[in-house]
Amino acid sequence: MNSIAFIVISVFTLAAALAAATLPNLMHAALCLVLALLGIASFFFLLGAEFVGLALIFIYIGAVAVLVVFTILLTRGDLREHRGFHWSGAVIALAVFGGLTLAILKTQSLTMVPSHIRVLTVKRIGETLMTGYVWPLQCVGVLLTAALIGALVLVMEEKR
Amino acid sequence: MTPTLQAFLIVSAALFSIGLLAALSRRHAIFILIGIEMMLAAANLNFIAFWRFAPPPHPATGVMIAIFSIAISAAEAAVGLAMVIAIYRHYRTTNVDQFDQLKG
Repeated sequence: MNSIAFIVISVFTLAAALAAATLPNLMHAALCLVLALLGIASFFFLLGAEFVGLALIFIYIGAVAVLVVFTILLTRGDLREHRGFHWSGAVIALAVFGGLTLAILKTQSLTMVPSHIRVLTVKRIGETLMTGYVWPLQCVGVLLTAALIGALVLVMEEKR
Repeated sequence: MTPTLQAFLIVSAALFSIGLLAALSRRHAIFILIGIEMMLAAANLNFIAFWRFAPPPHPATGVMIAIFSIAISAAEAAVGLAMVIAIYRHYRTTNVDQFDQLKG
């Protein structure tokens, strides 16, 4: 891990996230969300969690971002601009950021540097998923099935 | 020189605050979902950072929780966007200030 990569990735991620939060055009914001998620995935690569980074790219950018873009296109008839911007939200977000930063900086035990780590191979992840985490894995499977069926039921045409 | 755990946590806190800003200040329903996705991604970054900086032995707990969290946020996005489409069909708007009744 080196600092230059960290600084470059964090500037890129935060700029893309800020653009996604503040751009007036919804489609531009969705594309900036994709960039911000790419930045987070590269953080995961930097931290040595390659599998999670790839899963993030596949699931968020491949599925969730495409879903967001489809929803934007499907709800396009609403052409009135939502220019309204509640400044109280910005104040709350700043207060939350200040509080979190203060708490992080005041905690002495967080100033550690990374130790040498055993590489987390996909084989080890699969073995852990299938032994220690098999019960949560099944629960997530049921949850995903229920969520997808629920989403289908929600968008089905209403019978008049 | 390597970045410390604090640096990752501060970036994650900034990302969370930006997501909160998007969720609280924008009036479009899809912007609120974008903000929630960003907050969940920031939480995932925290999990991975704590896993990486933990003292040995390194159990894979942080990575596992991040994987489950990604799966759950995918389910959340699917249901949330379906709700946006269903509400848009009914009200012909996506401005959350105008969703003011539950009765159809």
